[in-house]
Amino acid sequence: MSSLSKAFTSSIGKKFVMGLTGLFLISFLIVHVSINALIFLNDSGETFNVAADFMGHNIVIRIMEVGLFVGIILHIVQAIILTSQNNAARPEKYAYNKASANSKWYSRSMGLLGTLILMFLVLHLYHFWWPTKVAVYTHQEHNTFQNIVMIFQELWVVVVYVLGVISLGYHLLHGFQSAFQTMGWNHKKWTPVVKTVGIWFSIIVPIIFALMPISIYLGWIG
Amino acid sequence: MSTGNMNLTLQVWRQKNSKSTGKLVDYKLSDISPDMSFLEMFDVLNEQLITKGEEPVVFDHDCREGICGMCSMFINGQPHGPKDLVTTCQLHMRSFKDGDTIVVEPWRAKAFPVIKDLAVDRSAFDRVIAAGGFVSVNTGNAQDANNLPIPKSKADAAFEAAACIGCGACVATCKNASAMLFVSAKISQLALLPQGQPERYRRVQSMVAQMDEEGFGNCTNTGACEAECPKGISLENIARMNRDYLSAKFISEEEV
Repeated sequence: MSSLSKAFTSSIGKKFVMGLTGLFLISFLIVHVSINALIFLNDSGETFNVAADFMGHNIVIRIMEVGLFVGIILHIVQAIILTSQNNAARPEKYAYNKASANSKWYSRSMGLLGTLILMFLVLHLYHFWWPTKVAVYTHQEHNTFQNIVMIFQELWVVVVYVLGVISLGYHLLHGFQSAFQTMGWNHKKWTPVVKTVGIWFSIIVPIIFALMPISIYLGWIG
Repeated sequence: MSTGNMNLTLQVWRQKNSKSTGKLVDYKLSDISPDMSFLEMFDVLNEQLITKGEEPVVFDHDCREGICGMCSMFINGQPHGPKDLVTTCQLHMRSFKDGDTIVVEPWRAKAFPVIKDLAVDRSAFDRVIAAGGFVSVNTGNAQDANNLPIPKSKADAAFEAAACIGCGACVATCKNASAMLFVSAKISQLALLPQGQPERYRRVQSMVAQMDEEGFGNCTNTGACEAECPKGISLENIARMNRDYLSAKFISEEEV
């Protein structure tokens, strides 16, 4: 095995890919939540549609979108490899393990939370990403805002979206600071800052996301 | 202080050898002094078993002073039992109540196969150390004291990392059976000091490679190891190991 592939297949190398793609996906969340928050201007989606149109057609953004999918797939593939190795590292489980005494439940449930997020993501892409792509390639007008308003009329959809972003919030609560630790960034002064920013990010971003289906369903925006 | 002796129910993992499958067996113990250590309580149990003509429970122990790293035991779901910063030998029965049921299992990890009952084979740790956890020096006269200036903060951090007794509680409690806390402590105690510099980047690469080969899991930063470590080894060591490893592999330093 070449030394480079050895580096990437080592335990620390795989974690490095996990952390790097995680941070990349976090940066995507910032863009995603900022643009979507334009619906709160409550101008019948006028401003939001301009931004959504730009994101759907701009060539640079379109190329970055490919990178985003690569990032998501790498994150998922590494997670599957790591999880199966981690399970194999303890073939016989404890009869009694008091894990709550030493770690947070969400830090031990990243795989479960990630799976929930992925299931949500499939529905989410079907709702919003797919219609946009169809419109781009068939050269049709697509009113993204109208599509949002239409989809969030159903209560079950709103509930699934809120549960989806709650999973995301807990995933981030561990993942945000964990990524920095994996990169080797542990500093007396900066690590507490990273942890605090991570906590607020994991609370604020999911709340803003959750407010979108809720406020449309309740008719505050439309 | 003694507030009366206790009656306890123990559920102890009994396993004949590494090939056989084990099971939890119930034992009743009466009149256990709260001033006994956990291992002394096991001595009492074994005396009873021997008197009855049964096989005594095999468990690892040596100094019984909390410094050798031999004792293990996963007690009521935690390595070295419920108290912070103590080994099993320094855990006393006053930490339990009369009538308690105590579940005792061996460390469980693929890299730590059970030898018998509660004793596991931790030689995987020895092989990780042998892969690079040392400093190569030429023998000769002892150097003058203080001829190598070392910042106090570095000396303290190296000393704290060196407090690791290699008991394996970190592996035992980690949901992934990862050995990152142990390996990072053994790397850090040398990486922080001038004597460790010449082999610093070779060491981290060799030891991590050996760690992976032994079949330990991958770290997911849950922090369980740090919380359960009887010597309070910090997660900062894991970050330092990651830093050294990534910089050796991807940024600047030598290949192995």
